Amino acid sequence: MNVPALVQISDLQKVYKTRDGEDIHALKDVNLAIKDREFVSIVGPSGCGKTTLLKILSGILARSAGEVLVSGRPHDGPSRDVGVVFQAPVLLPWKTVLQNVMVPIAVQRRSVPEFEPRARKLIAMVGLSGFEERYPNELSGGMQQRVGICRALVHDPSFLLMDEPFGALDAMTREAMNEELQRIWQETHKTVLLVTHSIPEAVYLADRVVVMTPRPGRIVEVIDIELPRPRKLTMQNTPAFGRYTAAIRRHFGAMGVLDA
Amino acid sequence: MRAAGNHALSALVFVVFVGGWELFVDLFDVPAIVLPPPSAIAVSFWQSLQTGELGWHLAVTLYEVVSGFALGAATGLLLGFGIALSPLAERLFYPYVVAFQTVPKVAVAPIIVIWFGYGVSSKVVITAMIAFFPVLANAIVGLRSAPQDQVEMMLSYTASRWQVFRMVRLPASLPYIFVGLDVAIVLSVIGAIVGEFVGAKAGLGFLILQKNFNFDMAGTFVVLIVLSVIGVGLHEIVSRVQRRVVFWVDIAGDRVTGA
Repeated sequence: MNVPALVQISDLQKVYKTRDGEDIHALKDVNLAIKDREFVSIVGPSGCGKTTLLKILSGILARSAGEVLVSGRPHDGPSRDVGVVFQAPVLLPWKTVLQNVMVPIAVQRRSVPEFEPRARKLIAMVGLSGFEERYPNELSGGMQQRVGICRALVHDPSFLLMDEPFGALDAMTREAMNEELQRIWQETHKTVLLVTHSIPEAVYLADRVVVMTPRPGRIVEVIDIELPRPRKLTMQNTPAFGRYTAAIRRHFGAMGVLDA
Repeated sequence: MRAAGNHALSALVFVVFVGGWELFVDLFDVPAIVLPPPSAIAVSFWQSLQTGELGWHLAVTLYEVVSGFALGAATGLLLGFGIALSPLAERLFYPYVVAFQTVPKVAVAPIIVIWFGYGVSSKVVITAMIAFFPVLANAIVGLRSAPQDQVEMMLSYTASRWQVFRMVRLPASLPYIFVGLDVAIVLSVIGAIVGEFVGAKAGLGFLILQKNFNFDMAGTFVVLIVLSVIGVGLHEIVSRVQRRVVFWVDIAGDRVTGA
């Protein structure tokens, strides 16, 4: 554990006020260190604050208390060094696939000639060659989500945030996307924080799984996943994999909340 | 095959309608002063084309409609952007805008004619007054219509307020603005005619009054038909531009709402 953490979250709190003036602890005493090039998954039922945590890390939501450091510097607000993949693809319908992938480049005023080849390479990497000039409404949901992933990677951020990126996809597409994400992660050496509802997805992809529970939203356990890489989808049928998912599921069973 | 069949059906309906009208007038001996037969309208149309009378008045009205629409749409867009972007501007100006909109423009038209004279300019102003509101209302709704997740996506990539406006809010508002423009262009024809009814020296509205005064029913019908052709034509032009510009939205192109 001598490697300095890329992301250091200390005593993070987020409190919402309801209309009756009551305090809702969306996040309570969250402490988490994420190492460079590490893949961390967060699992938990709805309302456990995982999306809130991701919004604070992506800089679009202010925290109530605590500290977030990225590469040792305070992280207050959106950063050029972060890429975000959302629950829905969130593509701009009036822009082509290539233009959508290039949105961070345009926003951050980076060099288009320098990054366009990179955008095309990413599009090819997710299997969308030939779709560069198509519009989002001509693509399937899975294809749109892959465009969203390219957009998160195009400006070569070191930190990738993913908020249930495959939640809207059917089971088959979802497994294929999981395999693809593992490959992308291994090729690009990003640090990834993935929020998911799916326990198998969390275990399959992550080096560590962070288990969160709601009311108040907090971390109850962090589990190291010591499965060899690259991982095959068939690995999900092995006893070792099953032990991990069972260990995670136990938390939710005890609380009486079901994994959605 | 189906398209061709539909066209044939439309033509058939038209022929039956016009033929039935002609036959009805002929059989029941309806006086031309009550309902002129289509044949008389066609003859009257041909005559007013020959004398150049129709062309001249048509040009005047078209000019009023198009410039009034342009003026009204520009004002509506400008005010709409201001109100949508600044809560202060909304609090200061929007109540007056709504109050202004509730006043029937027909009632205001005589004042406008006194202020701007019997010429073309008073009609342009009246048309602009009628055309500006649908554009304004739709611009405000449109600029606020950008989905929150698109805005958050932009912000997470460090977009500035201005970048969010230019790259998301503005394009997202275009489908709404075009609905407003479509309503406005059809209302503009009404605006010009209202203006001409109040007091004018030329234009199709003036021509209708003149024909009516002379009990020339066929001539009146000619002008009415020309007016509806103008309305349909201008609406069609706006629809075509709309389909080109907001290509990502599937709009029922020939439906006018909000009028």
